[in-house]
Amino acid sequence: MELIQYALDNIDLLATRTLEHIALVGVAVGIATLTGVPIGIAITKNERLAQAVLYAASIIVTIPSIALFGIMIPVLSLIGQGIGYLPAVIAVLLYSQLPIIRNTYTAINNVDPALREAARGIGMSPNQRLRMVEIPLAVPVIMAGVRTAVVLNIGVMAIAAYIGAGGLGTFISRGISQSDPRQLIVGAVAVSLLAIIVDYTLLYAQKRLTPRGMKLDASTA
Amino acid sequence: MIQLDNLTKVFDTPKGAVVAADHISMTVPSGEICILLGPSGCGKTTTLKMINRIVKPTSGKVFINGEDTTALDTQDLRRNIGYVIQQIGLFPNMTIEENITVVPKLLGWDKARYRERARELMAMISMEPDAFLKRFPSELSGGQQQRIGVARALAADPPVMLMDEPFGAIDPINRAVIQDEFLKMQQELKKTIMFVSHDIDEAIKMGDRVAIFREGKLVQHSSPDDLLAAPKNAFVESFLGEDRALKRLNLVKVEEVVSDEIATVSPGDTLETALARIDDYGYQNAILMVNDQRQPVGLITRAKARTTKGYCRDHFENVPATVTLEDDLRKVASLMFSQDATWLPCVDDEGRVCGQITQRAMTHHLGSRFRAREAATRNPDSAVKE
Repeated sequence: MELIQYALDNIDLLATRTLEHIALVGVAVGIATLTGVPIGIAITKNERLAQAVLYAASIIVTIPSIALFGIMIPVLSLIGQGIGYLPAVIAVLLYSQLPIIRNTYTAINNVDPALREAARGIGMSPNQRLRMVEIPLAVPVIMAGVRTAVVLNIGVMAIAAYIGAGGLGTFISRGISQSDPRQLIVGAVAVSLLAIIVDYTLLYAQKRLTPRGMKLDASTA
Repeated sequence: MIQLDNLTKVFDTPKGAVVAADHISMTVPSGEICILLGPSGCGKTTTLKMINRIVKPTSGKVFINGEDTTALDTQDLRRNIGYVIQQIGLFPNMTIEENITVVPKLLGWDKARYRERARELMAMISMEPDAFLKRFPSELSGGQQQRIGVARALAADPPVMLMDEPFGAIDPINRAVIQDEFLKMQQELKKTIMFVSHDIDEAIKMGDRVAIFREGKLVQHSSPDDLLAAPKNAFVESFLGEDRALKRLNLVKVEEVVSDEIATVSPGDTLETALARIDDYGYQNAILMVNDQRQPVGLITRAKARTTKGYCRDHFENVPATVTLEDDLRKVASLMFSQDATWLPCVDDEGRVCGQITQRAMTHHLGSRFRAREAATRNPDSAVKE
């Protein structure tokens, strides 16, 4: 009861923090999609490059977020942005690369070779094949990668409160420092709920973006 | 016309160079279907795919309608060659209409023209445009999908088509239907077609010419009839099967074998007359009875004619079956076997008797090519031995 009361009393702050959180993750994953998808497509042309890029992206994900923030403080301090918004977005941007690049790469690579041969055989150029066949068929899997990135980074972004980036993590960090379980729990529950809601929203978007002919395929299979 | 000049493909594999196609030279005249036939790994598919550069030739040239294609842009070349593959390869994200208008769109046709073309194509493959154009490939059966695959290849009306086991994944009943439809279309379209198959029966049915491949080499290139009658070596012979003489039954029409000499009786004749005529013509079992329009109405058996008195109209038996001039000998043989008959009356379009076909005449016709070949091989020819 006490928790619900606390949440209701601070509903404005909770809403502001939630929007901050969504904006941070949204901007970061948005940029990550714009970079990750082209990288994922580009590396399908070269197997060795693909392995190297995916390896690098995997390594980035193994760096603990706290450490990543720590590394960025001295670097970004050079431009006066050691803490706050920028390092938070960069961290999420980096963490998002693996799921987005990997899913794009896998999806494009897994396009049925028969379709690829048909597309070549009727005279599509490599760019036409990408635009008319490969990317439309890869969209569901690419979207799944974006979803993974978003959900993963809603959690990471909670930690960015420690470097003053704002967001729902603020409740958690204050809850810990002030030994206030109400703030701690409200923050944690809000982060979890946000992750679940955003996941379902993106799942819906993913279904909407799947070409109609492929949805029919899945339903009859 | 498709002309291949010393077309060669060498694949570099970890185990060393593999010659998939070895100096293939052949010509497919305009309007003909040439079947590339052989066991898997014989180079037939590689040869086909070098024509539209899905496989890049190591050396050699491809001429289409006399023009060397080496200098052509790959995409332009492919857009002017219809391509049908076994896996069909319809784009699942596109509707049927989008699928069959892909090539016209790539060629920059305007919208009204390619939409009109889509309806034409649907009519050509006997599918209702309104029912299918807006649907997706996954909503269609395998046979329907492959019809659409053929329509897509024909969309821009290319002079040349390449077909890689196009009907291989379709069940036998639908396959026969689609083959027949395709042959009917081809009679009007007169495309120059290269067609890969591993099915000897399909090759004989579809091909104006058949090219047999083995281990990257073209072994024999001839008409189906020549192939079956005169296989060049033991490999071709074994590939065609021990029943290859029977396979020729498909290729020969009744009109090539029919004898127009047939004695008949009419219902008003006496059985005595019938018996006399049976003996005169040396028939073993029976004579055909026809009506005023010379349509077959019954059989008078020798046994009946010999033992009974009276008129033919009172003592006839049913005609077991008749054949037409357009039937092939396979159907005739099947009727003969099922009816235990040694001959069948042959009728024209109006159902009038125009001759008869006998087992003897069939075996004689089929055997003449083999006998001619045996006579030739009595002068041993090293090329015939492998």
